[in-house]
Amino acid sequence: MNVRRVSIIGVGETQFGELWEKSFRDLGIEAGLRAMQEAKIAAENVDALYLGNMSAGKFIDQEHVAALVADYSGLVDQHLPTVRVEGGGACSAIALHQAAMSIASGVHDIVIVGGAEKMTDVGDVEANAILSSTTDQEWESVFGATFAGLYAMMARRHMFEHGTTREQLAAVAVKNHRNGSMNPNAQFQKEITLETVLQAPRVAEPLGVFDCAPLSDGAAALVLCSAEKARKFTDTPINLIGTGHATDFLAVHDRRDITTMDASVIAGKRAFHAAGKTPNDVKVAEVHDNFTITEIMAIEDLRFVPKGKGGYATEDGETALNARISVNTSGGLKARGYPVGATGVAQAVEIVRQLRGEGGRRQVSGAEVGLTHTLGGTGGTAVVHLFERGD
Amino acid sequence: MDFPPRAVCPRCGRKSLGNMERVKLSGRGQVVTYSIIHDAPKDFEMMKPYVLAIVQMDEGVRMTSQIIDCEAAEVKIGMRVETAFRRLGAEGEAGIIHYGYKFRPAM
Repeated sequence: MNVRRVSIIGVGETQFGELWEKSFRDLGIEAGLRAMQEAKIAAENVDALYLGNMSAGKFIDQEHVAALVADYSGLVDQHLPTVRVEGGGACSAIALHQAAMSIASGVHDIVIVGGAEKMTDVGDVEANAILSSTTDQEWESVFGATFAGLYAMMARRHMFEHGTTREQLAAVAVKNHRNGSMNPNAQFQKEITLETVLQAPRVAEPLGVFDCAPLSDGAAALVLCSAEKARKFTDTPINLIGTGHATDFLAVHDRRDITTMDASVIAGKRAFHAAGKTPNDVKVAEVHDNFTITEIMAIEDLRFVPKGKGGYATEDGETALNARISVNTSGGLKARGYPVGATGVAQAVEIVRQLRGEGGRRQVSGAEVGLTHTLGGTGGTAVVHLFERGD
Repeated sequence: MDFPPRAVCPRCGRKSLGNMERVKLSGRGQVVTYSIIHDAPKDFEMMKPYVLAIVQMDEGVRMTSQIIDCEAAEVKIGMRVETAFRRLGAEGEAGIIHYGYKFRPAM
C-alpha cells in the first residue's frame, strides 16, 4: 500500500494543574489555537479534528466534545469532520494514530489532534472512581480494587520477583519532579527528596502519595500535515515515523505476567519495526508514569533496560536528563500533570520540542529520535509513537 | 480454564463457541500479589485499610478480591487462602446488597 509520510508542524499546550478558572472548552481551545498559531495555518487549511478525551461525560457531564471544541475554536464555518476517541489514558495517543492514518491514506492533508481533560470539577474520591472505570468494573472494582491498588499489586510482585525496592520506586518520582522543575507548564515545579516520597502517606501499599500522578486539568494539541507539504509551514518538521497500538486482557489478574505489560511490549515492537529503529536509537522518551512502578515497567517493556532492571537503572541515574536515555523530560505524568485525555498528545508535544531543540533548560543534547508510550487503564491498551527530525 | 466463565476461549477462539464447560473450583489457592488499600472508594470507606489480592486458584485461574479474617501484616505472597462468601457492597442504603467471594487464610 502506498502511504504518505506524516509530519508535525505545530504544537501547543496549556498550563497543567488545578485550573479552577478554566473550563474544559477553554482548555481545548487554548491548546488548539496555540498549535495552529505555531503552524501558521488558518481555519480554512484544516481538514479534520481528532480529540482524545477519557471521560468528559463523567467529569463535567458533557459528551459530544470534539464538535464542541471545533465550534468554540472558531472552526464552525469549516463544518469539519470531528472525531472524539476513547481508550482510557491512551485516548489521545490513539487519536494521534487515527489522525495520522487519515493523512497517510491521502484523505486529509492537515489535521488537528487534541487531547483534553478537566478532572478537578469533581472531588478526589469521585475522580479516582472515574479512573477506575477503565479497569474491569465487574471483576476488579466490585471487589474493592482501586486504580492505585491494581498498580500497587504490580509493584509488590515486581519487588518480589526482581528485587525492586521502595527506594527505586521513589527514585522515579524524584527524577520526574526534578525534570518538572525545569518545565514552566508543569503542575509541580518543585524538586522533592527521596525521604519525602518514602515518608508520604500510604495510598495503596507499597505506593504512597508521591508514587501517584496528580489529578489535573489541561490540554495539548498538534497540527499534522503530509510530509511533502510540511516544508511550506515550517523549517523544522518532525516526522511521525512509526506507531504501535496493542491491547491485552483488561483485568490485571488475567495477564500472562503481572510484572510485564504485554500490550506495551507488542506496541513497542510494532512501532520500532514500522520505523526501522531499535530502542538504542532513542535518546528521549516520554513514558506513562501514572505511578512510579509504571515507568519502571515501561522502560523494561520497551527494551530500554532488561526485564527486572528498571528500578536499578532508575536508581543509578540511567534515565535522568542527558544520561543514557532521558525519560520523562517534561516531568512526566507525575510532575507535568495527568489530565488523562491529554496525556498522549502532551507527551508528543514534549518530544517535538526536544527534537526541534526547544527544550530550554531540560534540552536533551543530540536528540534525533524520540518516543512516546501511553497506557489505557492498567495496560489493557498501550500505544507507542516514534518521532524523528525531518530535516 | 478461565475465570470468570467466558463465551469464547481466549486461546482457541471460534472453535470453543458452544463448547465451553462449567467447572466448579475448589475455592483454594495462593496469594500471587497484594496491596493494603488506604485510599478507598466511597463504598469501601468503612473497611479501610483492607487487603486487596490476586489469588491463583489451585486449578490455575486467577481472581481479584480482598483477604479477610487476618491482620494485614500476616499476608504474604505464596500464602494459602480459601474463598469465603461475604457481602461486597450495596446500591445505596435501601438498594440491592451484593454478595460474592473474598479470601481468608486456609484452614
